Amino acid sequence: MATVPYFVVLTTYFSYGLLFVIGHLRDFFRSLFYKDRSTAEGYAPLCRDFEDFYTRRLYHRIQDCFNRPIASAPDAWIEVIGRVSRDNNQTLYRTYQNQRCLNLSSYNYLGFAASDEYCTPRVMESLETFSPSTCSTRIDCGTTVIHQELEEMVARFVGKPAAMVYGMGFATNSTTLPALIGKGGLIISDSLNHSSIVAGARGSGAKVQVFQHNTPSHLEQVLREAIAEGQPRTRRPWKKIIVVVEGIYSMEGELCRLSEIVSVTQKYKAYIYLDEAHSIGAIGKTGRGVCEHDGVDPAKIDVMMGTFTKSFGSCGGYIAGSKELITYLKHVSPGHIYATSMSPPAVQQVISALKVILGEDGSDRGARKLAQVRENSNYFRQELRRMGCEVLGDENSPVMPFMLYNPAKIPAFSRECLKRNVAVVTVGFPATPLLLARARVCISASHTKEDLDLGLEVISEVSDMAHLKYFPQMESFSKVKSV
Amino acid sequence: MTMGGMVQNLTESLATMLDAPLADAVVFGFHIDGHFLLETLLVVAIAFLLLQKSYQPQKRPLTEQEVDQLCEEWVPEPLHPPITKEMEYNPPVLESAAGPRTVVNGKSVINLSSTNYLGLIGNSKIKEACNAALEKYGVGSCGPRGFYGTIDVHLDLEAKIAQFLGTPDTILYSYGLATASSAIPAFCKRGDLIIADEGVSWGIQNGLLLSRSTIKYFKHNDISSLEKRLEEVFQEDQRKRKALNRRFIVVEAIYQNSGLMAPLDEIVRLKEKYRFRIFVDESNSIGIFGKNGRGLFEHLNIPVEKIDIIIAAMGNALASVGGFCSGSSKVVDHQRLSGAGYCFSASLPPFLASASIAAVEIIQQDRERQKMLQENVAFLRRNLSEIPGLTLGSDPLSPLVYLYLAKSSGSFAGDNAILQKIVDQMLEKSVLLTLKKRSVLDKCKLPTGIRIAVSASHEKSDLLAVSLSLKEVVQSILSS
Repeated sequence: MATVPYFVVLTTYFSYGLLFVIGHLRDFFRSLFYKDRSTAEGYAPLCRDFEDFYTRRLYHRIQDCFNRPIASAPDAWIEVIGRVSRDNNQTLYRTYQNQRCLNLSSYNYLGFAASDEYCTPRVMESLETFSPSTCSTRIDCGTTVIHQELEEMVARFVGKPAAMVYGMGFATNSTTLPALIGKGGLIISDSLNHSSIVAGARGSGAKVQVFQHNTPSHLEQVLREAIAEGQPRTRRPWKKIIVVVEGIYSMEGELCRLSEIVSVTQKYKAYIYLDEAHSIGAIGKTGRGVCEHDGVDPAKIDVMMGTFTKSFGSCGGYIAGSKELITYLKHVSPGHIYATSMSPPAVQQVISALKVILGEDGSDRGARKLAQVRENSNYFRQELRRMGCEVLGDENSPVMPFMLYNPAKIPAFSRECLKRNVAVVTVGFPATPLLLARARVCISASHTKEDLDLGLEVISEVSDMAHLKYFPQMESFSKVKSV
Repeated sequence: MTMGGMVQNLTESLATMLDAPLADAVVFGFHIDGHFLLETLLVVAIAFLLLQKSYQPQKRPLTEQEVDQLCEEWVPEPLHPPITKEMEYNPPVLESAAGPRTVVNGKSVINLSSTNYLGLIGNSKIKEACNAALEKYGVGSCGPRGFYGTIDVHLDLEAKIAQFLGTPDTILYSYGLATASSAIPAFCKRGDLIIADEGVSWGIQNGLLLSRSTIKYFKHNDISSLEKRLEEVFQEDQRKRKALNRRFIVVEAIYQNSGLMAPLDEIVRLKEKYRFRIFVDESNSIGIFGKNGRGLFEHLNIPVEKIDIIIAAMGNALASVGGFCSGSSKVVDHQRLSGAGYCFSASLPPFLASASIAAVEIIQQDRERQKMLQENVAFLRRNLSEIPGLTLGSDPLSPLVYLYLAKSSGSFAGDNAILQKIVDQMLEKSVLLTLKKRSVLDKCKLPTGIRIAVSASHEKSDLLAVSLSLKEVVQSILSS
């Protein structure tokens, strides 16, 4: 990540300082004139003071930039539902006036979000056969023939002997990690790993250490120290060590440096758990994720995890690994034993999407989609860079955040883009570090060249207003646009 | 001469001895005697000792070669323990919907394992709603709620559930299992106190663990044990005046693990007395109990405001997938920023939200299903009550009916093996039953049993057939 300019650091801290001071000032007057009756006598307040303060004085000011409801499929263009507030943004009401916007925010990498000529009829068929739910767990009567078909297909797709599917991506991580490791084990996690991995690691009872984001040399250092020192206090050797990394980091747009990390984990006999939530389907020539992109043999990855929410336009997640691993996990993982099984139509959606990707539908749509998302992403990233925006992330990644820094630029950017009919995600503290507020664009195969150019034009215009072009603009940008 | 005298003599002679050579020494008008000399020596000695480096064993960090060797020598355990026969379990594979009758291995079977309590699986209204949603929205929402993953049907469903339960607001989670494990840590942090039933399901256990709060358990569904725990806390408060912390009682309305019904009215009385908040999981009671099907609180005439947090999975009576948490607007709003499974997960697929809306509408309009379910539960219990070798568990009203071995073999695994034989033979007789399975991660130690989920759509004749064949099978297995 680029270093933050001093001027930006200064103004950002100043903005937050001002927000806090004004907030506390308002709280002071509030305490004079308003008695909070929401907490009954003898009870502790429901939320912690800081969380409460943050919500009331910072988040509420800009809450119209988040949770924006839509009234359509999350495709290339969406219907954003209008919202108004009559109490200074405390509460928002739907206006039922929709606004058609270009969608640069959904994880619809391959464009399977909307109804699809191949997938939708098959999904509806499975709805007719199996209903929306089995009302049962996988081990009772929640396993249907299509669940089995999907598991075989996922295993084949990612290149592992076996796979199992879960009904939710978050729960895949949070219920698998505790099944794999426990007390006496060590999880070494990338510092920017997703919240579900954090939940799984914490729920496992194993010790957790982090290594610097995507830095194999630091991982090696942490591993060496950990193995040499053993468990804290008892000094016994660790039972096992699992290194957890992601394929694409969704807030950074970066690809995992997988081949280097794998060589480190192999050298130190640590197991590797790869979360391909964003990368599966979106990266690699045939969509097989970072392994394919980085030329790493899937056999070297002990546990492969991924989700169906992004590229496949469905819901749920999977774990792929050796036959024995999957047998063991099916015996132990609470997500398999206690959770409602994945909804059959959602299962069918993944099967159909996978068939399209693999070309088993008898067309080359899958290959075209894969090429399209790559081409779109690289084009968009290059143009953003040319514009002078500070874009994060790697080539080929469909996720591209760019820096806003100052807190006031979060709502400014989001609202001005929406005014110009472009829906972009903005993120600030606490989802990112205090200084590093950013906007994020997710590119889809369903975006046309015109869509992308329109998006770029709006972003460029708004970036000028908000002074987001931290780097000098490259002369070629305006030329390319006019071509 | 006394001992004291001797010592005095000795010191005096020592003093004269020391004083003697310096008797007349005066330096800068200061008389130097033996006393002074001794003290100076002492001061010098102390200063010398103080100035000495304290003893520290020399720290020698491991050399690179030593670390290399340690890394070389380290042998990790395998990623998973060796696979045993017991782990290789192949669940039945369904070839049709998991309704009251389903198809397994090409054979139509009576299905008593799906928690399709109100018989809404296969309901045409729900399917219609789903089809419309699939056409309009596709399958997935492709994003978390915060980032354009909020679809209008999500808001509609939240409003619908809130209106149905009579609460100010509701928040949706995309998975039942993730509901409790997100909602509990959103409110309870380190230093807070939770008193929970020892029989709570794994999702709640996970939430308790992730909250890092102090957890105390009370005996399964035992109100006096709960009161004892509360009293202990009260006594401790009297002794130590500590800062007020958040306190919750966590219970399930109908326990997933035992089918017992929580005495919610009593618990509410206690929680008010001891100033706790209450968290109730209504997963197996929503749509089933109460005049309007709102759940156990309605059945026991408890005003909904008295329940601070209600959660429920939508994968049971509502015949959908997902979960929700309902309560005051503060309870709900807070989770929109701190519920991990809400903020960091893709939202519920819109067609499942539509399915749930349709299901709630059916529950509101059609009270017959609830009656049919109660009739079926009573009918089945009557028929199952006299099977030699098995005892009937669960609350008489619970749609989850547990059958336990009257004579336990002494271990969970042993009982499971016997019961599994029964279940397998029942499948041959075209009845799909299931056992309660327990993950090694589950801390609940309640006994194992056959779990029957009764549905409003079960035919009485089917239920009768099930009890007759069960009687036969149990007899043949337990006698052998």
